[in-house]
Formats: sequence, C-alpha cells, structure tokens
Amino acid sequence: MFSSKRNDTILMIVFTIMVLAGPLILAPFGAGYPDLLQRFAIYGIFAVGFNILFGLTGYLSFGHAAFLGVGSYAAVWMFKLLNYNVIPALILGVLVSAVFALIIGYISLRRSGIYFSILTLAFAQMSYAMAYSVLTPITNGETGLQVYTSDPQYLMSEGSKQVPNLFGLAMNSTQKVEFLGMTLQFNVGFYFASFFLIASFYLAMRIFRSPFGMMLRAIKTNQNRLNYTGVNTKPYTLAAFVISGMYAGLAGALLACMDPLAGAERMQWTASGEVVLMVILGGAGTLLGPVLGAGFIKYFEKIFSRIGDNVLEGWFAFLPEPIANALVWLLGNFVGEGWHLTLGLLFMLIVIFLPGGLIDGAARLWRYATGKSKSSKSAADGSAPAPAE
Amino acid sequence: MDAVLLQVLNGLDKGSAYALIALGLTLIFGTLGVVNFAHGALFMIGAFCAVTLNRILNINSITLDPERTDFLGNPLQIKTPYVEKWFGSFGSWMIEYSVPLAILLAIPVMLIAGMVMERGLIKHFYKRPHADQILVTFGLAIVLQEIVKSYFGANPISQAAPSAVAGSMDLGVLIGFAENAIIYPYWRLIYFAFAATLIGGVFCFLQFTTFGMVVRAGMADRETVGLLGINIDKRFTWMFGLAAVVTGAAGVMYTPILPPNYHQGMDFLVLSFVVVVVGGMGSLPGAVLAGFMLGILESFASMPEVKGFFEAIFLPSIDQIIIYLAAVFVLLTRPRGLLGRKGVMED
Repeated sequence: MFSSKRNDTILMIVFTIMVLAGPLILAPFGAGYPDLLQRFAIYGIFAVGFNILFGLTGYLSFGHAAFLGVGSYAAVWMFKLLNYNVIPALILGVLVSAVFALIIGYISLRRSGIYFSILTLAFAQMSYAMAYSVLTPITNGETGLQVYTSDPQYLMSEGSKQVPNLFGLAMNSTQKVEFLGMTLQFNVGFYFASFFLIASFYLAMRIFRSPFGMMLRAIKTNQNRLNYTGVNTKPYTLAAFVISGMYAGLAGALLACMDPLAGAERMQWTASGEVVLMVILGGAGTLLGPVLGAGFIKYFEKIFSRIGDNVLEGWFAFLPEPIANALVWLLGNFVGEGWHLTLGLLFMLIVIFLPGGLIDGAARLWRYATGKSKSSKSAADGSAPAPAE
Repeated sequence: MDAVLLQVLNGLDKGSAYALIALGLTLIFGTLGVVNFAHGALFMIGAFCAVTLNRILNINSITLDPERTDFLGNPLQIKTPYVEKWFGSFGSWMIEYSVPLAILLAIPVMLIAGMVMERGLIKHFYKRPHADQILVTFGLAIVLQEIVKSYFGANPISQAAPSAVAGSMDLGVLIGFAENAIIYPYWRLIYFAFAATLIGGVFCFLQFTTFGMVVRAGMADRETVGLLGINIDKRFTWMFGLAAVVTGAAGVMYTPILPPNYHQGMDFLVLSFVVVVVGGMGSLPGAVLAGFMLGILESFASMPEVKGFFEAIFLPSIDQIIIYLAAVFVLLTRPRGLLGRKGVMED
C-alpha cells in the first residue's frame, strides 16, 4: 500500500507510456479506433475520481452520474454561447460540477453507510427527473442538448471550426498510420483526453500518498474512533466528495468535447451503477484498478454488444448444425443486446470471489506463480533470528 | 373536497404497491440485516408470472372448420386455446381471470426464487459489509432483468383485468357528492383491498403464530434464540421466501395497472428504498405507513393546482421529484425514519 517514491515514479512512467501507446497496444484487440479509445480515457478519469470517494474514503455513492451529466451540459452550453473551443467548456464543466457536488455533498454527508447511498441516489434521480422534464429550457428535455446554427456563439469568428477544437486542432481529426499490417489511428481527441487521464492519475496518486489521503483512509477504517479523538472528519469527506465530483464533471465535459451532445440518460442511476462496477471490477482503493476496470467494461460494452448471431454462426460453422444452433442460441443471450447479462454475471462473480478486483486477482496470481521463492525467502528471514536466541 | 378525496384515492393504488414492496424489503432487512437491491427484480418476476400464465393458457390448438371457407374455398383455420377445448366454459373463465389466478402460480415460484436466492447467494453475505451486499444484489438484479428481457422482449406487455371488474364505479354518489365527481376504476379498489388484506395477513402471521413469534424474537436477538436450540437460520430462509411471495403477489396484481416491462423492477426498487428509509429501516409499520403516505403525496403533487403553485415559484414538475424531496427532508431531520427504532444502522 505504501510504496516508495521510486516505485511511484516507475508506475507513473509505465502508465504514461501505456496510455500514450494506447492505439498501438489495443489495435490487435480490435479496440484501436478513436471512439472507443476516447471512451477508455474519459471513463478512466471518471473511475479514478470515483475511487477517491469510494475506494479511499469508503463512501458508496450511487449518484455520481449526476456530476457527469452536469459537466456535459455545462460544456455544451459553452459551445452554444462562445464557440467550439474546448478549454472554456472544460473549465465551466469542472466548476459547475464542483459547485453541484459541494451542495449535494454537504447535505448527503450528514449521513453515512446505506443512508448516504440512498441520499445520493435520491439526489441523482432528482437531477435526472429535473433534467428530463423540469429544466427543459436549460437541458432541452428528452431531445438532449446540442448546438444549433441559430445559437449565438459570440466568439465565433470567420475561420473558426464547426467542431469542438483546441485552438483550431479539431478533436475528431485522426492520423492513420500503416504499421505491421495494422491501421493505427492516432486521434487528437484521444490524446487530449489521455493528457487529462494522466494528469488525473498523477493527482490521484499524490492524494493517495498525502496526509490528506491518510486521513481519508483512516475515515474508511474507523470514523468513530477519529471522532472520539477529536478529529472533525466532515471537511475531509466533503473535500473527497467534491474532488471526485470534479473528476466526474471533467469526464462529462470531455464526453461533450468528443461529441457535442448532452442527454439526461447520462445521469440515470444505472449510469452511476456502471462507475461503481468499473471501480469494483478493477479493484477499489488501488491506483491502477479503476482505469483498468473502466477499460474492461467499455471494451466489453463495445465489443460484446457488436457480436451478433451471424458472427456467432460464423464461429461455430464447423460444428454439426443442431449443436451449432444450440450454441448460437445459448451464447446469443450473453452477447449483442444481452451483453448486460454478461456484465451482471461478471460483476457478481467479482464481488463474490474476488472482492479486491482484477488488481487483487493479478497480485494473487503473481504470488501463486512466484509463491515458492517468496515463502522460502520469508522462511529464511524467519529462521534467521532463531539461532540468535 | 372531492378533488382532494380523489387524489387520496389515486395515491392509494400506487401507495399500496410501494407499501407491499417496502414491506417485503423490510422483512428481509429486519430479519436478516441484508440490504437487498434485487428486491425490485422480485416484483418484476411476480409481474411476469402473470404474463407467463396468460401465455400458457392461451396456447392454441389449430383446427380446420370445413363449414366456413375463405374465398379460395380452403377451410378456415380456427384457433382455440387448449384449456377451452378441454374444460369448456371453465377454460374460458380461466383465461378471463388469468391475472388473479397467476397468484397461484406466483406463490410457489416466488417462494422457491426467494429461498434459492437466500440459500445460494445472500447467506454468504451476512457478515460482509453492507456495500458488498448492495453490490452483489445489484449484480443479481441486472442478471434477472436481462434474463427476463431476453425471453419476453423489451416492450411492455399489457395484461387485461377480468372484464367483470374492467369498468369504473362512481364512488362519489355513495358518500353524498355529485354524480361523476369521483370515478374510480374497480381494479384499483381491488388492488387496495388486496394490499390491505396481504399486509394485515403478514402482520397477523408475525403476531399470532409461533413461527412469527420465533422470528420476531430472532429479529430482536438472533444469538439467544439460537442458543435456545431453535434453528433460526431455517426460519429466516422461510421469511425470505415469504417476503418474496408478498412482493411477487404485489407484482402480479399490479399488471393491469402498469403493463409489465423488464426494467420496472429497477424503477420500483429506487422508490421502495426511499419508502423504507422514510418509514424507518427495519420497521414494518413504518414501511407500510410511508408507502401509503408517499403514494398519496405523489398524487397530490400531480394535481394541477399544486403544480401551478410550484411552477409559480420555479419548481415545475414537482410530482416527479416530490418523493425524493420528502426522502431528503426526512433523512436529514429524522435519520431513523418515521417509525424506526433508534440505533438501527444509524450514525
């Protein structure tokens, strides 16, 4: 848990390289196209932020998608009012979600445990209902908010691009490179988002190692004891809540930068459940886990939902027809439209058998593989003091 | 006055559904201390029991009628459900009353579903943190929902109430209002009566039977009851089954009011959790009271006058958020809920 500075630096460097080389690494898995890569990066940010609240502080929020939605709406409004530059959109998205998180957090954090979960759920559902119907002038109701040519766009000049851009560098522009027979797609939006992912990851790492992070860990372990020793835990939990809300807002604003749309369904409580899932799947309370979990779930979502019956039929074409049909029918329930079923099952299996998530699973495998040398080493360590007695 | 009364009545059927789900949820929480996020899925399974029975009863046998022909001279195909072929008018009566009859199907199905769920999954989560319980039951809810979706499709499947009670009655005349002031569908009255009976039944069962007494003792102090040589785990499993039956029956009877669809469990789940929290976690009367109160509150908030008032102060569509507002208010002022005991998950 408390790794050295050197290990952190190595982790950071490896993480940065892995993210930047994303298109190269993921291309063989069929995940090297910009749309999915952007989602990996953005939901990675969301999950890293959520982990600061859930993994570190131990508060299970079931309403974090509300901040994602608020960030998206704020960003799209910036596009509508100013121009398609992404910087003001991101700034406003983060600020608005911070204020929103401050209000909700201030109220919700007066309770803990299951009551906190229900409170955040109630607030998120309220926001969803309001975005869907009440605040139609701001959110455009069920149609969703988008940019129209009739919008003011006060800073729009003659040469400005009509798509979200970073001072003229369009988010959706992609450089295609042929490499070892694969087409690598280097997309501006992905690198823009991955810059923020790396920055978020670095910030999260600093929070994990800081005294503030220690305090959050202490709150997770035993809040009562802290209160008895005279520590007021409220400011710490509230800070964690607002920070994670800002992460979510950043992710939401980035989503809007990649595709200038915002809809209420981004705020629904099942979307909040999804981020919980990402963090659990990867490993709550670990640094790398949430990013891994986010990548896994988004990959499954995109890939599993694309496998149709005809693809399956292609796979099992070599089998006798009745067996192939039975297999296609059986697996057809788990892929395509029904990929949520796979997700739910995976989720249950992880919670039941691997509460530490994928990271914990990898660590267990590592220990299993290197177990003999490690145990013999510790035995040697243990036996060392024995003769001295 | 009649408008107010009408809103109270309108709130009753929704309130009955909330109360029944919350009752089942509280039975589970009170006995086992488990936060069951898959409870809404049990309601949905109950509703789909009604759909299943209807489909089973409507399996057709196709016969050719030589008397009647189409324009090419081929005999017409006639579809007759098998039950009508075998049982005659009793068969058509069964098809007509498939919704109430589905309760007979739902009882064993839900009992088995609940007990399997408890023995197979939730048993292992008693000692784990509440967050883990929430997460694993949430996963289960997704799985159940997707299974139902893959078999019944994504569209709502409307279920008809028996035609004998399909109409509405003029309640206002009975108590001295003008004619047509309070028109109320029969089925909603039946649903309310059904809910009241079921709730009363559960209370009597817990209050006046030995089984109920033991379970209540187990809720108060599980260890001591165990030390007295009573197999409390077995009884709690049965209680889980009972809670599933209550929720499932509520789902069956609600089908003519709201056509079942695969995500209705999740929709009701959030609301029923709010109900349980407002009523006080672990308190059965609290769950019932809060269920009816919130149902009625919701229907009041949808009155045009009330909506108009809130629109004037920039809170339109108050009916969609009133329940959550109420929940936030109750949680912050009285964290243990309306009738909750002090110290139950309170901090």
